[in-house]
Amino acid sequence: MDLNARIPSGPIAKKWEKHRFDMKLVNPANKRKFDVIVVGSGLAGASASATMAELGYNVRCFCYQDSPRRAHSIAAQGGINAAKNYQNDGDSVYRLFYDTVKGGDFRSREANVYRLSQVSVNIIDQCVAQGVPFAREYGGMLANRSFGGAQVSRTFYARGQTGQQLLLGAYQALSRQIGLKNVQMFPRHEMLDLVLVDGHARGIVTRNLITGEVRSWAADAVVLASGGYGNVFYLSTNAKGCNVTATYRAYRRGAGFANPCFTQIHPTCIPVSGHYQSKLTLMSESLRNDGRVWVPKKKGDARAPKDIPEAERDYYLERKYPSFGNLVPRDVASRNAKLVCDEGRGVNGPGSNAVYLDFADAIKRLGDKGVSDRYGNLFDMYERISGDNPYRTPMKIYPAVHYTMGGLWVDYNLMSNIPGLHVIGEANFSDHGANRLGASALMQGLADGYFILPYTIGNYLATANKGKVTTDHPAFKAAEQGVHARTTKLLSLEGKRSVDSFHRELGLIMWNHCGMARTREGLQKALGLIPELRDRFWREVRVPGSGEELNPWLEKAGRVADFLEFGEVMCHDALTREESCGGHFREEYQTANGEALRDDENYCWGSVWEFQGVGKTPKLHKEPFSFEYVKLATRNYK
Amino acid sequence: MAKSMKITVRVWRQTGPDAPGHLEEHLVPNVGPDMSFLEMLDVLNEHLIETGKTPIAFDHDCREGICGACSMVINGSPHGPRKATTTCQLHMRSFDDGDVITIEPWRAKAFPIVKDLVVDRSSFDRIISSGGYVSVNTGGAPDANAIPIGKADADEAFDYAACIGCGACVAACPNASAMLFVGAKVAHLAKMPQGQVERGKRVLNMIQTMDNEGFGSCTNHGECSASCPKEINLDAIATLNREFMRASLFGK
Repeated sequence: MDLNARIPSGPIAKKWEKHRFDMKLVNPANKRKFDVIVVGSGLAGASASATMAELGYNVRCFCYQDSPRRAHSIAAQGGINAAKNYQNDGDSVYRLFYDTVKGGDFRSREANVYRLSQVSVNIIDQCVAQGVPFAREYGGMLANRSFGGAQVSRTFYARGQTGQQLLLGAYQALSRQIGLKNVQMFPRHEMLDLVLVDGHARGIVTRNLITGEVRSWAADAVVLASGGYGNVFYLSTNAKGCNVTATYRAYRRGAGFANPCFTQIHPTCIPVSGHYQSKLTLMSESLRNDGRVWVPKKKGDARAPKDIPEAERDYYLERKYPSFGNLVPRDVASRNAKLVCDEGRGVNGPGSNAVYLDFADAIKRLGDKGVSDRYGNLFDMYERISGDNPYRTPMKIYPAVHYTMGGLWVDYNLMSNIPGLHVIGEANFSDHGANRLGASALMQGLADGYFILPYTIGNYLATANKGKVTTDHPAFKAAEQGVHARTTKLLSLEGKRSVDSFHRELGLIMWNHCGMARTREGLQKALGLIPELRDRFWREVRVPGSGEELNPWLEKAGRVADFLEFGEVMCHDALTREESCGGHFREEYQTANGEALRDDENYCWGSVWEFQGVGKTPKLHKEPFSFEYVKLATRNYK
Repeated sequence: MAKSMKITVRVWRQTGPDAPGHLEEHLVPNVGPDMSFLEMLDVLNEHLIETGKTPIAFDHDCREGICGACSMVINGSPHGPRKATTTCQLHMRSFDDGDVITIEPWRAKAFPIVKDLVVDRSSFDRIISSGGYVSVNTGGAPDANAIPIGKADADEAFDYAACIGCGACVAACPNASAMLFVGAKVAHLAKMPQGQVERGKRVLNMIQTMDNEGFGSCTNHGECSASCPKEINLDAIATLNREFMRASLFGK
């Protein structure tokens, strides 16, 4: 497997500029001769489609939702980071770069992270020019707030709906190109296979979710912007439709899957309330700016929160991490919530876990109105779901699966090891290392889509020179047949159990053994349980309906079938990485006071897994990481 | 769980756009108050699958009230009885033991039924692609703080931009008008300095597309705003009319 990251030479601050000059360009008149497929219409996919169409490429964009505007980026709440230093508090491109590398626990590629920090400033300019209504100060300037893992205020926001406003900006830019006929949009289409011709990615096979038509599409390059795989856990903050299928199908075709065990457990979500639970809801990290996290000092204290006096409360984040307090990075906050609950100090009744996120002090300081101005929609959402009023009683929160740092391996050009296959946004592995900082997902999705891929894909198209292929090529026919065969098989199984019941079972295995805390023993156990569950799925599942109509259960069955293979890859990865870093916490590797114990001597690399067949241990490759600018150090938020 | 309820649902079944539809009745025992409305339907669907029947198709995705996918008329109200709440955020504590709940799809000529409760809302996308944007290519944008925007203006623009494109406004309107949806986008961009250059052309094109798609006219019932899960104000429609007049008379 070719894992050359193709990092440009020269000092880090000059690499991107140098690279942009070194890359080959496609003449404006020639761009219209190139067809590009984009899978996904979230921040990364929509921004890339719009920008490439503006440049002159013919773009076809596919999404499973009924409209590109509904991609799951829409649900991001808190904000987007950018090194603008508008607050004059000492921020810089270098500081954002430093915070991101450190926050990622030194498991990302320095050159990529630096470039991300550089283009962060352009993103805000672009979004404002599109009419995105960011929060403003009374003087008319943009407002900022602070987020976990940073000591400056660099997060731009639009109330608690930043993802929505940024996605609508990108969706509108995309819609403009659709209106101009530079982009052909295919909503309710799901990519079910990647097609390679002579080793290059030359197209995809999709299923039309309304008619069931299976069809091939040929192109000069393929871009996957299909998001993360958090739904492998069944319960997560992801939308119900989020899935691993596009990236997993590419992996089966030879793309390397990097760091799949790096998953982010978000510390502030509404706890599980029953076995019927279908998803978990995030409460934005921005709440930790004003909310204080605590549990009772005494185990099993069943008193109402208002009856527990100050002296008997443990504000454990403020106590253990005085300099970052409630704003420690997500992995640290989540792990500590688990620790206090494991000690029996959780507050959601017996057998159920939660800690308090208390706004009493903020309400004293700012009043209900002041708090409502900042977090009104989040408080309303909490009240609707839990039935409690967070203005009067503390929120109960618990960590939940939220984001996946792992993804398909890409080089500096955001191209996978399969030539022509580009991967952007959450779907790739690159920039967040073992832990993503809050408000950095929106930044990365838009950086990749607006400002990086549109340059680098030109270099590929200008140099690959592969000539046109059509969907008559046997590789397309073979891929279509594979899709048909799988669909037919799923529909022919005469079991009795629903797809969801298997998905829940898989989720529980993953949460128990590959979740917030992992052990060798647990992971080995999971590697026994998953194949066994997969076998039962292919015997006992019932998929109602036919393949020639809208059939949400067939869609779900295909996605869960892929999760049932992919879960194993995650466990292999977690088992192999015998250290703790970021979101990957192996209980065997911790310091005396329970902090993650990284092993830079033996594990300072990204794992890249190569498919060897279903149920077979994938082959491990490594991309070594070197740190020239941010010196390897133990993270310290105390 | 605090209490368990027995709920009867009467739900619209329709196999395809041209097939006849009908209401089908199901009893859902053991409904907990903390279940969301969609989770109640999940439980029913799981039962239908396990007993060899055909489950009910409905659109949903984020289940946190922001993607705009869910679309059900519950007891005659789009998104159900709770103000400012999408179907996915509606919880069963809003209902009582023994309730009979009627569930229907959005009904509008411009939203043809695909199956059961699923409708085709691509007409909304076509309206946006006819003008609901600022024509600015990537790159070359001035510094984000170059143009100050007053907080009140930015906040008002945000209130309109908060539309999730679910279509409840159309479903609630006796004329199946899309004026609130279109007005929200026109008002959002008209309030921002970046939206000024194309202000006239935008409103004319979007209204033209809206009419071509088969949406009805506004006759000031106000049901749209009352059923909007994001509480988009009726002022959006006044703004839309004003912008349309301005563009028609002065061409800008």
